[in-house]
Amino acid sequence: MQLIAFYALAATVILAGLFTISARNPVHSVLWLILTFFSAAGLFVLIGAEFIAMLLVVVYVGAVAVLFLFVVMMLDIDFAQLKRGFLEYVPFGGLLVAVLFAEIGLVAAALGDRGAAGPNATAGAATNAEALGAVLYTEHFLVFQLAGVLLLVAMMGAIVLTLRQRPGVRKQDVGEQVGRRRADAIEIRTGIKPGQGL
Amino acid sequence: MEISLAHYLVVSAALFCIGVFGIFVNRKNVIVILMAIELILLSVNINLVAFSSFLGDITGQVFAMLVLSVAAAEAAVGLAILVTFFRNRGGIAVEDVNLMRG
Repeated sequence: MQLIAFYALAATVILAGLFTISARNPVHSVLWLILTFFSAAGLFVLIGAEFIAMLLVVVYVGAVAVLFLFVVMMLDIDFAQLKRGFLEYVPFGGLLVAVLFAEIGLVAAALGDRGAAGPNATAGAATNAEALGAVLYTEHFLVFQLAGVLLLVAMMGAIVLTLRQRPGVRKQDVGEQVGRRRADAIEIRTGIKPGQGL
Repeated sequence: MEISLAHYLVVSAALFCIGVFGIFVNRKNVIVILMAIELILLSVNINLVAFSSFLGDITGQVFAMLVLSVAAAEAAVGLAILVTFFRNRGGIAVEDVNLMRG
């Protein structure tokens, strides 16, 4: 069962990778990329690295692939196919979802054969995540923090690169708001008769 | 027959080759090139995790996480550069990039 799951997942990884680079439409490319990452996560689960597998799904499928999709959609590159409507994507998306669903079942079945603990279950740690955390926050703490700094710098770089000042955009000016005195804001007039207006 | 280290290494190698091939094939579309780079980094991750698992040393998975964060940072900055490039030139053909030099 494990071997069958491995071969199915590995074939999916390789085929989806091939389709990623050969698809005509970049949106299809991104979707194939998602399938590749998902199948690779399945491979990781098979080998007992559950935490990395979950990280792959969360970081790649959840963030990076969506970022790609966002950029592909945002840059208005003229694929005529992109504008031809929603129904065109239904068979493709359905196929993809069916494969993903079959994979989940396959991994679950293979896990049932073997039990949850992987071949690398470190002595004394109950789960893969626990073993990883025990090392990551002690031995490799500096590297962990450096990775955080790297992500911070990347975030700032992305913001700096894409930020632009457009003319004619009204923004909140906090200094001006705070600097208002009562004298500029309100005016008291006396001697106005009721019902007459100013 | 059990799953062995060689199985994973073959998959990883194939994925790496596909990624490199993708860079060569998609010369015009820089988005697909970025995706090919992601594929290459994924193959590196498969290698690291496979070795970590079969040698019984969890350090490889720590490094896989670092590769993951580098890949995320690379995707973010690369796509930001792409957006800026698109704004300046109105297209993303990589062949035009050499027109940008001073």
